[in-house]
Amino acid sequence: MSETFATQVHTFTYDEPHPHAFTRGEVGWLPWLEPLPVDELTERHYDGLVDRARASSDYFRLLARDPEILRARTLVDKDIFYNTAEGLPRAERELAAAAASRVNGCVFCASVHARFAAHFSKRPELVDILLGEGVGADLGERWNAITDAAAALTATPIAFGPSHVARLREAGLGDLEISDVIHGAAFFNWANRLMLSLGRPVAPPDEA
Amino acid sequence: MTAPIVDVVDTLTGAAPDGVVTAVRSIRPVTREQLQASYDALFDPVDDSDVSLTERALIAAFATRLTGADATADHYARLAADADGSAASVIASLADRAGTSGPFGRYREPGLAAEGTDGLRFSVPEDARAQLGDRLAAALEHTHLLVYRPREAADAALQRLLDAGWTVSGIVTLSQLVAFLAFQQRVVAGLRVLEEVGA
Repeated sequence: MSETFATQVHTFTYDEPHPHAFTRGEVGWLPWLEPLPVDELTERHYDGLVDRARASSDYFRLLARDPEILRARTLVDKDIFYNTAEGLPRAERELAAAAASRVNGCVFCASVHARFAAHFSKRPELVDILLGEGVGADLGERWNAITDAAAALTATPIAFGPSHVARLREAGLGDLEISDVIHGAAFFNWANRLMLSLGRPVAPPDEA
Repeated sequence: MTAPIVDVVDTLTGAAPDGVVTAVRSIRPVTREQLQASYDALFDPVDDSDVSLTERALIAAFATRLTGADATADHYARLAADADGSAASVIASLADRAGTSGPFGRYREPGLAAEGTDGLRFSVPEDARAQLGDRLAAALEHTHLLVYRPREAADAALQRLLDAGWTVSGIVTLSQLVAFLAFQQRVVAGLRVLEEVGA
């Protein structure tokens, strides 16, 4: 077998420690496979990266191996989370992302979006309860309605139904805001699977 | 561009022109366009040399059927049947036997060991492997992993894909494909509920 290939491809191996558990700390991420080298990036790859500065990230240079889907993914991501002129506040979009990541078990994604949720809501203690206890934690009714909806949408089979919409409406969310919860939670079912498939988390520097 | 503009998510949600979904999606045109652009990038790709169009359709049918028996799964079942009817039928039968619930799995993080759970970890039976080939069988096993127990994804899973003939770029596309479908199927499922509940 092996002599038929000039070089047999292997996944990378690492000694870095895993995070201890879910955390708002600066979790790292290492790719299992080789990102495109910076000096091999063409305009097609930069178009996929959208922001040229993302060429410094191993994650994005690995995804740049398929530039067209990376570009569309990036633009959908930015619109779902950053387009806040109308609809759900940024903090609660990040809460939906963190809740989905908590359910799927993406410690890296959960750390990033827990930091955003804590920053934009100015309620880091509640975000820490979500990370520590999971989506069953009591975060107050409005946040409970959002995390419950995000968890139901993240379950397989998908468990999101009319009762979740009713609870979100009771909590004061309109149709656009409910749609924002749906998109924020659903998007992290994409992001979690990508990050978990292609690499692994690393403990924050202060855990080591 | 003379082709009619078809939006897959609008079609799958059954969005009425005067319904809630049409209204909320019209306020988010970039999300709507780029979700469709994501679908186009995966199913009408610029470069299919690492993952063929038939492989994409068959893997999509498996992934979405594992997630649910819904409009999205029906869409990809048709796409797969058009691409390769006999493989699509083998895969539909596999999906019926491989269904479980998730997300489940063991954590590598020591503080999360108590949250670990077990469930059905799928491998393609020998008869189906003989019909589909090692390369597609390895992709279906990785798809089942990502659909139900993404937290258990690891280097060994990618090594199995490499050993079955997948390129590094092909593994990136495969991961994007299964992960994108997890998003698209949930957007459709969520918006269908919103549409049915009404304004």
